[in-house]
Amino acid sequence: MSTKVPTETPLRMEPPISPGAEPFWEATRECRLVLPWCLACERPFFYPREVCPLCLGTAIAWRPATGTGVVYSFTIENRPPPAAFSMGKPYVVALVELDEGVRLMGNIVGCPLEKTEVGMPVSVTWEALSDGRHLPLFEPRREENAL
Amino acid sequence: MAGLRGAAAIVGVADEVSPTGELGGSGRALEAAVIKQALDDAGLTLADVDGVCHSASSMGLAEYLGIHPTFTDSTNTGGSSFEVHAEHAAAAIAAGLCEVVVSVYASTPRSDRRGGKPRRRPDLGVNNPLVDWELPYGLRLPMAPYAMAATRHMAEFGTTSEQLAQIAVSTRAWAGLNERARYRQAITIDDVLASPMECSPLHLLDCCLVTDGAGAFVMTSAARARTLAKPPVYVLGAGTCHDHSIISQMPDLTTTPGVISGANAFAMAGITPSDVDLLMGYDSFTITALLHLEDLGFCAKGEGGPFVEDGKTAPGGSLPMNTNGGGLSYTHPGMYGMFLIVEAVKQLRGECGERQLESPEIAVAHGSGIVLSCMSTLVLGTEATR
Repeated sequence: MSTKVPTETPLRMEPPISPGAEPFWEATRECRLVLPWCLACERPFFYPREVCPLCLGTAIAWRPATGTGVVYSFTIENRPPPAAFSMGKPYVVALVELDEGVRLMGNIVGCPLEKTEVGMPVSVTWEALSDGRHLPLFEPRREENAL
Repeated sequence: MAGLRGAAAIVGVADEVSPTGELGGSGRALEAAVIKQALDDAGLTLADVDGVCHSASSMGLAEYLGIHPTFTDSTNTGGSSFEVHAEHAAAAIAAGLCEVVVSVYASTPRSDRRGGKPRRRPDLGVNNPLVDWELPYGLRLPMAPYAMAATRHMAEFGTTSEQLAQIAVSTRAWAGLNERARYRQAITIDDVLASPMECSPLHLLDCCLVTDGAGAFVMTSAARARTLAKPPVYVLGAGTCHDHSIISQMPDLTTTPGVISGANAFAMAGITPSDVDLLMGYDSFTITALLHLEDLGFCAKGEGGPFVEDGKTAPGGSLPMNTNGGGLSYTHPGMYGMFLIVEAVKQLRGECGERQLESPEIAVAHGSGIVLSCMSTLVLGTEATR
């Protein structure tokens, strides 16, 4: 008996929603990037969790992020597995430092692979997930493109 | 800080590797075989063992062996697990919890793959930040996090691919002197740069092997060690530190928690980097070894590239590193830290044949686990250093 792979099967591994991260993912439904801020420390942190990783406080507010930052580091995945979302083509995985000071991972899109560099200004862009959420990715900042 | 200095000694070691990269046995049977070799090496028997360490299941191991230990440790910090075991075992022996501790490791990824066994998937579980925040981006493990560390090091300090390649070249030169190494043929910087780019800037020859392998050590008190078959190799210092589990949480991709584990271990031993005759520095990738050189203080932060350029870590160099041929050319079954300890002990005893250093007295085994996450440093020394 053969198993048919449904054509709608997403190629990208979709992230689960872990406790503490619900507001983050909810905002992505409208393509909004929000960050958890500890009200006691008056600092943002990432990844989202139920307590502040600096003081263990539980008073957390969700605030909009600028969505801009710079590439902290990256690698070009030259030999992706055949089933990867890129359909076998090389892609960039980067760590991006947001203006707010937190660091998160994302793919860099809208940019030739070899043009990616440390310190490059980027802004958030979104890829639709199958359940209405969006996954944050990054692209070179538009004003830089216009130069 | 006196701490554990000289309280315990490694008295038996063994490892099983093959130039083909594949071993005949596997699992518990292979673990039992290397334990037997290490106990024979020490002149001890299973009946003497009252402490067990295993990176997954010290209880399962003890049951299989039919022993009833009073000290048990299943700590898993990835590749550095065995340096952590040695630290814990020395502390337990010093505190009188037990007298003879065995730690063992066996893994056969190469023959498993050939035999058609599915590759072991990482334990994803639930509530796992790796799954939530990294794997959706196609992060290739374990290469990609190390590649990002290399990219950042290059951007901050001007480190070059040629300098990273030199580490692979120097390590291969050591493997050329070890008839048990997987790869022995000399390579050049150009060979490394011409090998396929895996995760930029790391080429295939910047990456460790995937081989079968097994190893074990036996540790006991200093007093008992002196009554046994081989010269004791004393634990002079030990230190461990971890600061993240996934790469996006690493505070600074160019600085590992080895800065802390190393400083603590060296302080306990009462040594400085210039006292070290041999560095066994976990080389999962060339960048991993380069970061150890800086973080343990053999050179300043950012100067690892120029430091290795002239072959300092190769045979005949001023800082012999990874004299067995390392994870890059000797063996790497997944959690390589056991082999650092085995080689350090054999060198200090003068048992290394063609690659033997001239009367080394102090060796450092520095393990690195997960993605530059958990560093554990052991300072080992001969009778003269105790």
